[in-house]
Amino acid sequence: MAGEAEHGGSGFNIHPMDQFKVTPLFGGDSVHWYTPTNATLWMLLTVLAITLVMVVGARGRALIPSRAQSAAEVIYGFTRRMVEDVAGKEGMKYFPYILTVFLFILFANLLALLPTSFAPTSHIAVTGVLAVAVFVTVTAIGFVKHGAGFLKLFWVTSAPTVALRIVLAMIELISYFVRPLSHSVRLGGNMMAGHAVLKVFAGFAGALGLGAIFPIVAIVAVYGLELMVACIQAYVFAILTCVYLNDALHPGH
Amino acid sequence: MADETETGEGAEHAAGAAHEAGAAATDGHVAETLGEVNLEHAEVGMPQLDFGVFPNLIFWLIISIVILFMVLNRVALPRIRSVLSERNDAISNDLEQAALLKRRSEEAEASYNAALARARDEAHRIAADTKAQINKDLASLMAKADAEIAAKSAESEARIREIRDSAARSVEEVARATTADIVAAFLPGAADAEAVDQAIARRLKG
Repeated sequence: MAGEAEHGGSGFNIHPMDQFKVTPLFGGDSVHWYTPTNATLWMLLTVLAITLVMVVGARGRALIPSRAQSAAEVIYGFTRRMVEDVAGKEGMKYFPYILTVFLFILFANLLALLPTSFAPTSHIAVTGVLAVAVFVTVTAIGFVKHGAGFLKLFWVTSAPTVALRIVLAMIELISYFVRPLSHSVRLGGNMMAGHAVLKVFAGFAGALGLGAIFPIVAIVAVYGLELMVACIQAYVFAILTCVYLNDALHPGH
Repeated sequence: MADETETGEGAEHAAGAAHEAGAAATDGHVAETLGEVNLEHAEVGMPQLDFGVFPNLIFWLIISIVILFMVLNRVALPRIRSVLSERNDAISNDLEQAALLKRRSEEAEASYNAALARARDEAHRIAADTKAQINKDLASLMAKADAEIAAKSAESEARIREIRDSAARSVEEVARATTADIVAAFLPGAADAEAVDQAIARRLKG
Protein backbone atom coordinates (compact mmCIF):
# COMPACT_ATOMS: atom_id res chain seq x y z
CA MET A 1 0.00 0.00 0.00
CA ALA A 2 2.77 2.36 0.85
CA GLY A 3 4.13 1.58 -2.59
CA GLU A 4 1.14 3.24 -4.20
CA ALA A 5 2.02 6.49 -2.55
CA GLU A 6 5.56 6.31 -3.89
CA HIS A 7 4.34 5.40 -7.31
CA GLY A 8 3.23 8.91 -8.12
CA GLY A 9 6.76 10.21 -7.78
CA SER A 10 7.05 12.17 -4.57
CA GLY A 11 5.12 12.49 -1.33
CA PHE A 12 1.35 12.47 -1.13
CA ASN A 13 0.13 12.31 -4.66
CA ILE A 14 -2.96 14.39 -4.16
CA HIS A 15 -4.33 16.59 -6.90
CA PRO A 16 -7.70 17.68 -5.54
CA MET A 17 -8.28 20.16 -8.35
CA ASP A 18 -7.37 17.88 -11.24
CA GLN A 19 -10.88 16.48 -11.34
CA PHE A 20 -12.17 19.88 -12.46
CA LYS A 21 -9.89 20.09 -15.47
CA VAL A 22 -11.60 20.35 -18.80
CA THR A 23 -9.88 18.01 -21.23
CA PRO A 24 -10.67 17.09 -24.82
CA LEU A 25 -12.60 13.88 -25.06
CA PHE A 26 -10.91 12.49 -28.17
CA GLY A 27 -7.29 13.43 -27.57
CA GLY A 28 -5.59 16.58 -28.69
CA ASP A 29 -4.24 19.36 -26.54
CA SER A 30 -6.21 22.46 -27.28
CA VAL A 31 -9.73 23.09 -26.03
CA HIS A 32 -11.58 25.17 -28.63
CA TRP A 33 -15.10 26.37 -27.97
CA TYR A 34 -16.52 23.51 -30.06
CA THR A 35 -14.20 20.72 -28.82
CA PRO A 36 -16.15 17.83 -27.23
CA THR A 37 -14.69 17.61 -23.73
CA ASN A 38 -15.37 15.71 -20.54
CA ALA A 39 -17.65 18.61 -19.62
CA THR A 40 -19.60 17.99 -22.83
CA LEU A 41 -19.86 14.30 -22.02
CA TRP A 42 -21.24 14.84 -18.52
CA MET A 43 -23.60 17.63 -19.50
CA LEU A 44 -25.06 15.42 -22.22
CA LEU A 45 -25.20 12.48 -19.80
CA THR A 46 -27.13 14.76 -17.45
CA VAL A 47 -29.61 15.54 -20.21
CA LEU A 48 -29.83 11.82 -21.00
CA ALA A 49 -30.46 10.90 -17.36
CA ILE A 50 -33.22 13.50 -17.06
CA THR A 51 -34.74 12.23 -20.29
CA LEU A 52 -34.69 8.70 -18.90
CA VAL A 53 -36.52 9.73 -15.76
CA MET A 54 -38.97 12.29 -17.14
CA VAL A 55 -39.73 10.80 -20.58
CA VAL A 56 -38.93 7.10 -20.55
CA GLY A 57 -40.05 6.72 -16.93
CA ALA A 58 -43.40 8.33 -17.65
CA ARG A 59 -43.81 6.33 -20.87
CA GLY A 60 -46.52 4.07 -19.43
CA ARG A 61 -49.12 6.86 -19.08
CA ALA A 62 -50.82 4.48 -16.67
CA LEU A 63 -53.76 5.57 -14.56
CA ILE A 64 -52.07 3.82 -11.66
CA PRO A 65 -48.43 4.86 -12.09
CA SER A 66 -45.44 2.56 -12.04
CA ARG A 67 -42.51 3.47 -9.80
CA ALA A 68 -40.61 5.27 -12.55
CA GLN A 69 -43.73 7.09 -13.61
CA SER A 70 -44.52 8.26 -10.10
CA ALA A 71 -40.92 9.45 -9.73
CA ALA A 72 -41.41 11.66 -12.78
CA GLU A 73 -44.79 12.80 -11.45
CA VAL A 74 -43.37 13.57 -8.00
CA ILE A 75 -40.58 15.68 -9.53
CA TYR A 76 -43.14 17.47 -11.68
CA GLY A 77 -45.52 18.06 -8.77
CA PHE A 78 -42.77 19.15 -6.40
CA THR A 79 -41.34 21.73 -8.81
CA ARG A 80 -44.77 22.93 -9.83
CA ARG A 81 -45.82 23.51 -6.23
CA MET A 82 -42.55 25.29 -5.51
CA VAL A 83 -43.04 27.69 -8.43
CA GLU A 84 -46.67 28.26 -7.57
CA ASP A 85 -46.00 28.85 -3.86
CA VAL A 86 -43.09 31.22 -4.36
CA ALA A 87 -43.82 33.03 -7.62
CA GLY A 88 -47.62 32.78 -7.59
CA LYS A 89 -50.04 31.92 -10.40
CA GLU A 90 -48.40 34.32 -12.86
CA GLY A 91 -45.13 32.49 -12.34
CA MET A 92 -46.57 29.23 -13.72
CA LYS A 93 -45.88 30.53 -17.24
CA TYR A 94 -42.17 30.15 -16.53
CA PHE A 95 -42.48 26.74 -14.91
CA PRO A 96 -40.85 24.80 -17.81
CA TYR A 97 -37.77 27.04 -17.67
CA ILE A 98 -37.40 26.67 -13.93
CA LEU A 99 -37.91 22.92 -14.17
CA THR A 100 -35.22 22.73 -16.86
CA VAL A 101 -32.69 24.63 -14.75
CA PHE A 102 -33.60 22.76 -11.57
CA LEU A 103 -33.35 19.32 -13.13
CA PHE A 104 -30.14 20.16 -14.98
CA ILE A 105 -28.41 21.28 -11.80
CA LEU A 106 -29.86 18.44 -9.70
CA PHE A 107 -28.85 15.70 -12.10
CA ALA A 108 -25.47 17.25 -12.89
CA ASN A 109 -24.76 17.44 -9.14
CA LEU A 110 -25.84 13.85 -8.57
CA LEU A 111 -23.98 12.41 -11.57
CA ALA A 112 -20.89 14.31 -10.45
CA LEU A 113 -20.86 12.13 -7.33
CA LEU A 114 -20.06 9.06 -9.44
CA PRO A 115 -16.36 8.26 -9.08
CA THR A 116 -14.19 9.55 -11.96
CA SER A 117 -17.03 11.68 -13.25
CA PHE A 118 -16.87 15.39 -13.99
CA ALA A 119 -18.88 18.07 -12.22
CA PRO A 120 -20.04 20.74 -14.69
CA THR A 121 -21.80 22.62 -11.86
CA SER A 122 -18.49 23.08 -10.05
CA HIS A 123 -17.43 25.46 -12.82
CA ILE A 124 -18.15 29.09 -12.27
CA ALA A 125 -18.48 29.49 -16.04
CA VAL A 126 -21.44 27.10 -16.02
CA THR A 127 -23.16 28.36 -12.89
CA GLY A 128 -22.38 31.92 -13.91
CA VAL A 129 -24.12 31.52 -17.26
CA LEU A 130 -27.13 29.96 -15.54
CA ALA A 131 -27.28 32.73 -12.92
CA VAL A 132 -26.78 35.54 -15.44
CA ALA A 133 -29.46 34.02 -17.66
CA VAL A 134 -31.84 34.06 -14.70
CA PHE A 135 -30.83 37.61 -13.79
CA VAL A 136 -31.26 38.98 -17.31
CA THR A 137 -34.53 37.14 -17.91
CA VAL A 138 -36.02 38.19 -14.61
CA THR A 139 -34.98 41.83 -15.05
CA ALA A 140 -36.42 41.83 -18.57
CA ILE A 141 -39.69 40.32 -17.31
CA GLY A 142 -39.84 42.99 -14.60
CA PHE A 143 -39.44 45.86 -17.03
CA VAL A 144 -41.72 44.36 -19.68
CA LYS A 145 -44.52 43.72 -17.18
CA HIS A 146 -44.28 46.89 -15.13
CA GLY A 147 -42.14 49.33 -17.13
CA ALA A 148 -40.62 51.91 -14.84
CA GLY A 149 -42.87 50.58 -12.09
CA PHE A 150 -40.38 47.78 -11.71
CA LEU A 151 -38.06 50.30 -10.05
CA LYS A 152 -40.46 50.32 -7.09
CA LEU A 153 -38.62 47.17 -6.12
CA PHE A 154 -35.80 49.46 -4.97
CA TRP A 155 -37.97 52.16 -3.42
CA VAL A 156 -38.87 51.05 0.09
CA THR A 157 -42.09 52.98 0.73
CA SER A 158 -42.39 51.60 4.23
CA ALA A 159 -39.30 53.56 5.28
CA PRO A 160 -40.31 56.74 7.17
CA THR A 161 -38.17 59.43 5.52
CA VAL A 162 -37.05 60.13 1.95
CA ALA A 163 -33.40 60.24 3.01
CA LEU A 164 -33.70 56.73 4.45
CA ARG A 165 -35.43 55.60 1.28
CA ILE A 166 -32.54 56.85 -0.81
CA VAL A 167 -30.05 54.98 1.37
CA LEU A 168 -32.17 51.83 1.21
CA ALA A 169 -32.52 52.20 -2.56
CA MET A 170 -28.72 52.20 -2.87
CA ILE A 171 -28.50 49.06 -0.75
CA GLU A 172 -31.31 47.37 -2.66
CA LEU A 173 -29.69 48.26 -5.96
CA ILE A 174 -26.33 46.82 -4.91
CA SER A 175 -27.91 43.67 -3.53
CA TYR A 176 -29.87 43.30 -6.75
CA PHE A 177 -26.75 43.39 -8.88
CA VAL A 178 -24.86 41.07 -6.54
CA ARG A 179 -27.59 38.46 -7.03
CA PRO A 180 -26.10 36.68 -10.07
CA LEU A 181 -22.71 36.54 -8.35
CA SER A 182 -24.00 35.02 -5.11
CA HIS A 183 -26.41 32.84 -7.07
CA SER A 184 -23.62 31.28 -9.13
CA VAL A 185 -20.79 31.22 -6.58
CA ARG A 186 -23.02 29.53 -3.99
CA LEU A 187 -23.62 26.56 -6.26
CA GLY A 188 -20.18 26.38 -7.88
CA GLY A 189 -18.34 26.85 -4.60
CA ASN A 190 -20.34 24.19 -2.81
CA MET A 191 -19.78 21.65 -5.53
CA MET A 192 -16.09 22.42 -5.92
CA ALA A 193 -15.37 22.35 -2.19
CA GLY A 194 -17.19 19.08 -1.61
CA HIS A 195 -15.47 17.29 -4.46
CA ALA A 196 -12.07 18.67 -3.49
CA VAL A 197 -12.55 17.44 0.09
CA LEU A 198 -13.49 13.98 -1.18
CA LYS A 199 -10.37 13.91 -3.32
CA VAL A 200 -8.12 15.03 -0.48
CA PHE A 201 -9.46 12.29 1.80
CA ALA A 202 -9.06 9.78 -1.02
CA GLY A 203 -5.41 10.85 -1.33
CA PHE A 204 -4.86 10.30 2.39
CA ALA A 205 -6.42 6.86 2.12
CA GLY A 206 -3.96 5.94 -0.58
CA ALA A 207 -0.99 6.95 1.56
CA LEU A 208 -1.86 5.73 5.03
CA GLY A 209 -1.72 1.94 4.65
CA LEU A 210 -3.87 0.29 7.31
CA GLY A 211 -4.71 3.66 8.79
CA ALA A 212 -6.66 4.33 5.61
CA ILE A 213 -9.75 3.17 7.44
CA PHE A 214 -10.13 6.64 8.97
CA PRO A 215 -10.10 8.62 5.72
CA ILE A 216 -12.36 5.98 4.18
CA VAL A 217 -14.91 6.44 6.97
CA ALA A 218 -14.56 10.18 6.45
CA ILE A 219 -15.11 9.77 2.72
CA VAL A 220 -18.32 7.83 3.37
CA ALA A 221 -19.52 10.57 5.72
CA VAL A 222 -18.58 13.39 3.35
CA TYR A 223 -20.13 11.49 0.46
CA GLY A 224 -23.42 11.38 2.34
CA LEU A 225 -23.10 15.07 3.06
CA GLU A 226 -22.35 15.73 -0.60
CA LEU A 227 -25.48 13.86 -1.68
CA MET A 228 -27.44 16.18 0.56
CA VAL A 229 -25.56 19.25 -0.71
CA ALA A 230 -26.16 18.18 -4.32
CA CYS A 231 -29.92 18.14 -3.76
CA ILE A 232 -30.05 21.18 -1.50
CA GLN A 233 -27.97 23.39 -3.78
CA ALA A 234 -30.11 22.48 -6.79
CA TYR A 235 -33.20 23.28 -4.73
CA VAL A 236 -31.70 26.54 -3.47
CA PHE A 237 -30.80 27.62 -6.99
CA ALA A 238 -34.32 26.83 -8.20
CA ILE A 239 -36.12 28.45 -5.29
CA LEU A 240 -33.99 31.59 -5.53
CA THR A 241 -34.86 31.72 -9.21
CA CYS A 242 -38.51 31.61 -8.16
CA VAL A 243 -37.94 34.34 -5.58
CA TYR A 244 -36.29 36.59 -8.18
CA LEU A 245 -39.09 35.84 -10.59
CA ASN A 246 -41.60 36.76 -7.90
CA ASP A 247 -39.80 40.08 -7.38
CA ALA A 248 -40.09 40.76 -11.10
CA LEU A 249 -43.77 39.80 -11.22
CA HIS A 250 -44.76 41.61 -8.03
CA PRO A 251 -42.37 44.49 -7.40
CA GLY A 252 -42.91 46.70 -4.40
CA HIS A 253 -42.76 45.61 -0.82
CA MET B 1 7.05 -0.36 7.98
CA ALA B 2 4.55 2.25 6.98
CA ASP B 3 6.21 4.78 9.26
CA GLU B 4 9.54 4.15 7.65
CA THR B 5 8.14 4.71 4.22
CA GLU B 6 6.43 7.88 5.29
CA THR B 7 9.53 9.41 6.80
CA GLY B 8 11.34 8.40 3.62
CA GLU B 9 8.63 10.05 1.63
CA GLY B 10 8.78 13.09 3.82
CA ALA B 11 12.41 13.62 3.06
CA GLU B 12 11.93 12.91 -0.58
CA HIS B 13 8.98 15.20 -0.63
CA ALA B 14 10.80 18.04 1.02
CA ALA B 15 13.20 17.97 -1.87
CA GLY B 16 10.31 17.75 -4.33
CA ALA B 17 8.51 20.62 -2.66
CA ALA B 18 11.58 22.78 -2.83
CA HIS B 19 11.92 21.98 -6.48
CA GLU B 20 8.25 22.75 -7.03
CA ALA B 21 8.51 25.97 -5.14
CA GLY B 22 11.15 27.07 -7.60
CA ALA B 23 9.02 26.10 -10.55
CA ALA B 24 5.79 27.43 -9.13
CA ALA B 25 7.21 30.72 -7.98
CA THR B 26 7.21 31.96 -11.55
CA ASP B 27 3.44 31.44 -11.63
CA GLY B 28 3.00 33.22 -8.38
CA HIS B 29 1.93 30.04 -6.59
CA VAL B 30 3.45 29.38 -3.22
CA ALA B 31 3.98 25.69 -2.61
CA GLU B 32 4.66 26.10 1.12
CA THR B 33 1.13 27.18 1.91
CA LEU B 34 -0.09 23.91 0.44
CA GLY B 35 1.94 21.89 2.95
CA GLU B 36 2.61 18.27 2.15
CA VAL B 37 0.53 18.27 -0.96
CA ASN B 38 2.53 17.91 -4.10
CA LEU B 39 0.98 20.09 -6.73
CA GLU B 40 2.58 18.86 -9.89
CA HIS B 41 0.03 20.72 -11.93
CA ALA B 42 -0.07 23.76 -9.76
CA GLU B 43 0.45 25.95 -12.78
CA VAL B 44 -3.29 25.55 -13.50
CA GLY B 45 -4.37 26.50 -9.98
CA MET B 46 -8.16 26.35 -10.00
CA PRO B 47 -9.30 24.92 -13.34
CA GLN B 48 -12.45 26.95 -12.72
CA LEU B 49 -10.45 30.11 -13.37
CA ASP B 50 -8.86 28.89 -16.58
CA PHE B 51 -10.60 31.32 -18.90
CA GLY B 52 -9.40 29.36 -21.91
CA VAL B 53 -12.07 26.71 -21.41
CA PHE B 54 -14.93 29.14 -20.70
CA PRO B 55 -16.16 29.33 -24.29
CA ASN B 56 -16.18 25.54 -24.46
CA LEU B 57 -18.13 25.16 -21.19
CA ILE B 58 -20.59 27.89 -22.10
CA PHE B 59 -21.16 26.55 -25.60
CA TRP B 60 -21.88 23.01 -24.44
CA LEU B 61 -23.95 24.26 -21.50
CA ILE B 62 -26.20 26.20 -23.86
CA ILE B 63 -26.47 23.19 -26.18
CA SER B 64 -27.37 20.91 -23.24
CA ILE B 65 -29.87 23.32 -21.73
CA VAL B 66 -31.58 23.89 -25.07
CA ILE B 67 -31.83 20.14 -25.74
CA LEU B 68 -33.11 19.56 -22.22
CA PHE B 69 -35.68 22.33 -22.51
CA MET B 70 -36.92 20.93 -25.83
CA VAL B 71 -37.21 17.43 -24.39
CA LEU B 72 -39.01 18.60 -21.26
CA ASN B 73 -41.29 21.14 -22.89
CA ARG B 74 -42.19 19.14 -25.99
CA VAL B 75 -42.37 15.59 -24.63
CA ALA B 76 -42.13 15.17 -20.87
CA LEU B 77 -44.38 17.96 -19.60
CA PRO B 78 -47.37 17.44 -21.95
CA ARG B 79 -47.23 13.74 -21.24
CA ILE B 80 -47.09 14.07 -17.45
CA ARG B 81 -49.70 16.84 -17.53
CA SER B 82 -52.13 14.71 -19.55
CA VAL B 83 -51.59 11.69 -17.30
CA LEU B 84 -52.20 13.78 -14.19
CA SER B 85 -55.33 15.43 -15.56
CA GLU B 86 -56.66 12.07 -16.77
CA ARG B 87 -56.11 10.68 -13.31
CA ASN B 88 -57.80 13.66 -11.68
CA ASP B 89 -60.75 13.27 -14.04
CA ALA B 90 -60.96 9.57 -13.30
CA ILE B 91 -60.84 10.19 -9.59
CA SER B 92 -63.49 12.90 -9.66
CA ASN B 93 -65.62 10.73 -11.98
CA ASP B 94 -65.36 7.84 -9.60
CA LEU B 95 -66.22 10.08 -6.66
CA GLU B 96 -69.24 11.43 -8.52
CA GLN B 97 -70.38 7.94 -9.37
CA ALA B 98 -69.88 6.83 -5.79
CA ALA B 99 -71.98 9.77 -4.59
CA LEU B 100 -74.67 8.89 -7.15
CA LEU B 101 -74.71 5.26 -6.06
CA LYS B 102 -74.85 6.32 -2.44
CA ARG B 103 -77.78 8.62 -3.15
CA ARG B 104 -79.53 5.80 -5.01
CA SER B 105 -78.99 3.35 -2.21
CA GLU B 106 -80.34 5.90 0.26
CA GLU B 107 -83.41 6.36 -1.91
CA ALA B 108 -83.86 2.61 -2.12
CA GLU B 109 -83.57 2.35 1.64
CA ALA B 110 -86.12 5.13 2.15
CA SER B 111 -88.62 3.51 -0.23
CA TYR B 112 -88.05 0.14 1.40
CA ASN B 113 -88.74 1.70 4.80
CA ALA B 114 -91.87 3.37 3.46
CA ALA B 115 -93.10 0.08 1.99
CA LEU B 116 -92.38 -1.65 5.23
CA ALA B 117 -94.36 0.94 7.20
CA ARG B 118 -97.24 0.69 4.75
CA ALA B 119 -97.27 -3.10 5.00
CA ARG B 120 -97.22 -2.90 8.75
CA ASP B 121 -100.19 -0.49 8.79
CA GLU B 122 -102.06 -2.78 6.40
CA ALA B 123 -101.37 -5.74 8.62
CA HIS B 124 -102.61 -3.82 11.64
CA ARG B 125 -105.73 -2.79 9.81
CA ILE B 126 -106.44 -6.31 8.60
CA ALA B 127 -105.91 -7.70 12.08
CA ALA B 128 -108.25 -5.10 13.58
CA ASP B 129 -110.90 -5.74 10.90
CA THR B 130 -110.72 -9.46 11.40
CA LYS B 131 -110.98 -9.05 15.13
CA ALA B 132 -114.03 -6.81 14.79
CA GLN B 133 -115.66 -9.21 12.32
CA ILE B 134 -115.04 -12.14 14.61
CA ASN B 135 -116.46 -10.21 17.56
CA LYS B 136 -119.53 -9.33 15.55
CA ASP B 137 -120.09 -12.91 14.39
CA LEU B 138 -119.54 -14.15 17.89
CA ALA B 139 -122.03 -11.68 19.28
CA SER B 140 -124.69 -12.60 16.72
CA LEU B 141 -124.15 -16.34 17.28
CA MET B 142 -124.38 -15.80 21.02
CA ALA B 143 -127.57 -13.87 20.60
CA LYS B 144 -129.04 -16.58 18.40
CA ALA B 145 -127.99 -19.28 20.81
CA ASP B 146 -129.46 -17.31 23.69
CA ALA B 147 -132.71 -16.92 21.78
CA GLU B 148 -132.82 -20.62 20.95
CA ILE B 149 -132.11 -21.54 24.52
CA ALA B 150 -134.84 -19.19 25.69
CA ALA B 151 -137.30 -20.65 23.18
CA LYS B 152 -136.43 -24.19 24.14
CA SER B 153 -136.80 -23.53 27.82
CA ALA B 154 -140.12 -21.76 27.24
CA GLU B 155 -141.40 -24.70 25.24
CA SER B 156 -140.25 -27.12 27.90
CA GLU B 157 -141.96 -25.13 30.56
CA ALA B 158 -145.16 -25.10 28.51
CA ARG B 159 -145.03 -28.85 28.10
CA ILE B 160 -144.32 -29.39 31.77
CA ARG B 161 -147.30 -27.22 32.57
CA GLU B 162 -149.42 -29.12 30.11
CA ILE B 163 -148.35 -32.45 31.51
CA ARG B 164 -149.05 -31.24 35.00
CA ASP B 165 -152.45 -29.90 33.94
CA SER B 166 -153.37 -33.09 32.16
CA ALA B 167 -152.17 -35.11 35.15
CA ALA B 168 -154.32 -32.96 37.40
CA ARG B 169 -157.30 -33.34 35.04
CA SER B 170 -156.82 -37.11 35.00
CA VAL B 171 -156.71 -37.20 38.78
CA GLU B 172 -159.95 -35.17 38.85
CA GLU B 173 -161.67 -37.48 36.39
CA VAL B 174 -160.46 -40.59 38.16
CA ALA B 175 -161.58 -39.11 41.43
CA ARG B 176 -165.02 -38.17 40.00
CA ALA B 177 -165.50 -41.57 38.43
CA THR B 178 -164.34 -43.34 41.56
CA THR B 179 -166.52 -41.12 43.71
CA ALA B 180 -169.55 -41.67 41.42
CA ASP B 181 -168.95 -45.45 41.54
CA ILE B 182 -168.52 -45.42 45.34
CA VAL B 183 -171.68 -43.30 45.71
CA ALA B 184 -173.60 -45.59 43.31
CA ALA B 185 -172.40 -48.63 45.22
CA PHE B 186 -173.38 -47.26 48.57
CA LEU B 187 -176.53 -45.43 47.52
CA PRO B 188 -177.88 -46.71 44.17
CA GLY B 189 -180.19 -44.26 42.58
CA ALA B 190 -178.96 -41.43 44.54
CA ALA B 191 -176.36 -40.59 42.04
CA ASP B 192 -176.24 -36.91 41.50
CA ALA B 193 -173.41 -36.12 39.09
CA GLU B 194 -173.51 -32.43 39.81
CA ALA B 195 -173.17 -32.76 43.54
CA VAL B 196 -170.27 -35.14 43.11
CA ASP B 197 -168.49 -32.70 40.87
CA GLN B 198 -168.92 -29.92 43.35
CA ALA B 199 -167.69 -32.02 46.19
CA ILE B 200 -164.58 -33.11 44.31
CA ALA B 201 -163.83 -29.55 43.20
CA ARG B 202 -164.13 -28.49 46.82
CA ARG B 203 -161.79 -31.20 47.96
CA LEU B 204 -159.24 -30.54 45.23
CA LYS B 205 -159.14 -26.89 46.09
CA GLY B 206 -158.76 -27.59 49.73
